[in-house]
Amino acid sequence: MADGFEFPVDRTQVMLFARSLLDISPVYSDPNHPDTKAQGGIIVPPTFVQCSAHWQPNYGLDMTRPLSEAEKAARAEAQAQRGGGGGGNLGRGLHAEQHYEYHHPIHVGDTLTCTTRPGERWEKEGRRGGKLTFSESISEYRNQDGVLCVTARMIGVQTERAVEQ
Amino acid sequence: MKLKVGDKHQAVVIENVIRTHIVKYAGASGDFNPLHHDDTFAQRVGYPTVFGHGMLSMGLTGTFLTNWLGYGKLMKYGVRFTKQVFPGDTLTATGEVTDVKEEGGKQIATIKVITLNQNGESVVEGEAVAAL
Repeated sequence: MADGFEFPVDRTQVMLFARSLLDISPVYSDPNHPDTKAQGGIIVPPTFVQCSAHWQPNYGLDMTRPLSEAEKAARAEAQAQRGGGGGGNLGRGLHAEQHYEYHHPIHVGDTLTCTTRPGERWEKEGRRGGKLTFSESISEYRNQDGVLCVTARMIGVQTERAVEQ
Repeated sequence: MKLKVGDKHQAVVIENVIRTHIVKYAGASGDFNPLHHDDTFAQRVGYPTVFGHGMLSMGLTGTFLTNWLGYGKLMKYGVRFTKQVFPGDTLTATGEVTDVKEEGGKQIATIKVITLNQNGESVVEGEAVAAL
């Protein structure tokens, strides 16, 4: 996804996301609260850029998203390349690590552009889930002025079997 | 706020996780992996029930950090997901200051973060760096 996609930072989205994290701070909902004014407007929780999933074309973790014919073809091709079919990979893929670097504040009203590039790939024999295949992806979120706001590094893992509890 | 090495803070970040918490995070974040909302699917691939998104645990721990340190202070925040969070779990986060530097009139604090379930097993472990 070298070209990236746009991700508008919407007030309702921020409120919903903060609530899902049990955070009722006014800095995520009330533009007139003194705490919000001190931040220069409504800001976003530390992990908010995850919501870009809603705007990501061919996002893999929403099997019910309505797709155009072109999007369906692109998804089928991506699945074929991964060697999986349907939701077959979903049950084996887990999130191993997540890292953020915060460079510049994000406010409601910003339009972020997200670009993602693949990082390292490696394998390991796990005790609880069989052979583990790790892959890293790095996403950069820049605002409408081209200023880098957040760098996100995600490490995903494909497990051979369900992880033992 | 001034911090020194060894300072600790602890809080319960979620009590008794129910499926509604998980579904709400799915809807807000857009992560609709059925492992997190479809028990039939989760059991078919070998899990006892649905479990929470790792990012739900990280996000709740993020709420803990901003409640403690204030807003707009984080420079870095990263974690490893060490165990699944299942319905019925209660999570407690602990932060411990491991390093403090003075830079440009600000304190740059490194904080070790760990969130445990009710059995004392860690679900996320990581580090945050904050400018205070």
